[in-house]
Amino acid sequence: MRWDADYAADIFPKLLDGLWLTIQVSLLGMALALLLGLVIAVVRYAKIPLLSQVLTGYVLFVRGTPLLIQAFTIYYVLPEYGITLSLFTSGVLILGVNYSAYTAEVYRAGIEAVPRGQWEASTALNLPAWRTWTRIVLPQGIATIIPVLGNYQIQMFKDSAILYGIGMTELLGTARELGVAGRSLEPLTIAGILYLVISYPAAILTRRLERRYAPTH
Amino acid sequence: MSEVLEYKGLFWDGLEQTILLTILGIGLALVIAFSVGLMGISRHRVLRSPAYVFVEFFRGTSIIVQLFWAYYALPFMGIKLDSFAAAVLVLGLNEGAYAAEIVRSAIKSLPRGQTEGAIALGMRPTLRLRRILIPQAVPAMLPSFGNVFVDLLKATPLVSFIAVQDLTFNALGVRTETQETTVIFVGLLVAYFVLGLVLALITWLLEKRFALDRRPHPLLRPLVSGGPGVTR
Amino acid sequence: MPQPTEQPTPRTQMIEFDGVSKSWGDNHVLRSLNLDVAAGEKVSIIGPSGSGKTTILRVLMTLETPDDGLVTVGGETLWDARHGKKPKETKHLRTVRGKVGMVFQSFNLFPHLTVIENIVDAPIHVLKLSKSEAYERGHDLLDMVGLASHADHKPPQLSGGQQQRVAIARAMAMRPEVLLFDEPTSALDPELIGDVLAVIRDLASDTSMTMLLVTHEMRFAEEISDRVVMFDAGTVVEQGPPDLILKNPSHDRTRSFLHAVLDH
Repeated sequence: MRWDADYAADIFPKLLDGLWLTIQVSLLGMALALLLGLVIAVVRYAKIPLLSQVLTGYVLFVRGTPLLIQAFTIYYVLPEYGITLSLFTSGVLILGVNYSAYTAEVYRAGIEAVPRGQWEASTALNLPAWRTWTRIVLPQGIATIIPVLGNYQIQMFKDSAILYGIGMTELLGTARELGVAGRSLEPLTIAGILYLVISYPAAILTRRLERRYAPTH
Repeated sequence: MSEVLEYKGLFWDGLEQTILLTILGIGLALVIAFSVGLMGISRHRVLRSPAYVFVEFFRGTSIIVQLFWAYYALPFMGIKLDSFAAAVLVLGLNEGAYAAEIVRSAIKSLPRGQTEGAIALGMRPTLRLRRILIPQAVPAMLPSFGNVFVDLLKATPLVSFIAVQDLTFNALGVRTETQETTVIFVGLLVAYFVLGLVLALITWLLEKRFALDRRPHPLLRPLVSGGPGVTR
Repeated sequence: MPQPTEQPTPRTQMIEFDGVSKSWGDNHVLRSLNLDVAAGEKVSIIGPSGSGKTTILRVLMTLETPDDGLVTVGGETLWDARHGKKPKETKHLRTVRGKVGMVFQSFNLFPHLTVIENIVDAPIHVLKLSKSEAYERGHDLLDMVGLASHADHKPPQLSGGQQQRVAIARAMAMRPEVLLFDEPTSALDPELIGDVLAVIRDLASDTSMTMLLVTHEMRFAEEISDRVVMFDAGTVVEQGPPDLILKNPSHDRTRSFLHAVLDH
């Protein structure tokens, strides 16, 4: 193994730039996923006719198809119909749309996980519906889904590497650029380590959150 | 659209490669799942720790990065893999790590009484695992395995990055030729969706086959009751 | 009917606990326990919950490791934790353990195997019996516990009492020299207890097997035991023939325990 330490030190700042872009697109992508997922979950819960079914089909399709192909579709197909987005916006949209199909399920599971008895007790205490939701059900539901959402954020952070496929110079893209121009060993290895350095502690933290908020797991 | 259909052969070849990748990847993943997974529940630290590191490493890093690393960085360390081999290896190891966690937690979640009952009958650890624990844990593992298999399928398009001529790689080539962007990408989405459904169906069939409350088929009953002089 | 009591002679000690201690953190479950059981003796251990009675059986079945002391079965060492030794699972231990069988409070039958398979699996794979011999013995044992017609059923299809009887047959299939019963009827609905006790009663009168029974069924203990041991807070409070301990105990702790158990 011939590791070129000087080269590694040289390229490190560039890789950090790539990392920063990765972090930005993952955080914004997750924000979109949380928002979109909530909308989907609410519509399906309210059982709005036609829209609920469409969204259910949408969720199934998004979950059943590869992220990379979805990325290509959003970045290359939309312009054919007049919608041209910047690379970064496309990236956020790609990640957000894909993950919204998963967060929608998480919201649903979280609500359903609140024991029936809680609803019944609220009824017995004559609490109005909105109070039941905001004071009793949602606080408990959210506590259990926080760890899962945390895991999704970490996953999205790693999945963002897919945006290299549409030409974004996030962490992997930067590493590949450097690799093509010079050597591949150092950029790819450092990139791999950077991914690990962020995601492993985050995973430990999420597991700790899980133990605190959802100890039945 | 018709122009795209001219490239039918290319699509079939690509599909073949994708299916082959998926099958081999799942095969490797299952091997890893049971070997690493069982190591993870061993009483011996020397087996548990490597298993833990393996799982955390592969779950903590991006599969795309691993693919690139296996194909572009390994040669610098003297190991040159051909792209297909690198693809199967990374897919199998990565998804295998997730599957190993499934195996480990499925066995751990069995009631302690099963292990103790087997100990009381003098069964050694290997026998306990083989006859008592794994058969009971498998039905719990299958649904999660199904998800892992579909994830593996959905990860196969990534191999086009390292020039494996799977369905996506060939489809991208056809797109360059014909510029029929919408047809090709929507077609790809549908193709993978259908493949995923097939995998889900296979998993569902496996779940039925391994379910705990199966009754033996009436014709097999004499064989199952075992031993001569069984008509008492 | 009480069995004639014999003074156990040192040479025929089947089970020996010599200064055995076990604790979980601050909880001293066994405190320097000394207990001997003669071959063929039927001993009942009674006492309050959490007193450590079950731990005695679990140590004997190698489900727990003692912190101190010596445990022997049939004259051979099972656990040697004296002088700070840390006992480990050894080949020798497995050989000695083979003399002991256990019936659990929660039966612990294997739900994915049929009743008959539950009984023959260990004899085939551990004792290396031929399939035909194992199945023949298995069916005989199933007959003995009155469940011959359920051979091909799966455990979840049986009632609790039936499952426990299968569990007894399964343990017997391994031809143990010592059979341990950990509160065998505590998890059963009242109307199912009788059938299980009947099987245990038959075992007690028909076999020369050493039996150790942890139970709350005082009348039953009186009926089948050669000796009753009152156990509390990690130590033996008193022991002796059943009609002595159960009808006329010397210690207050025994008295108050029996009072609480028998008179509610």
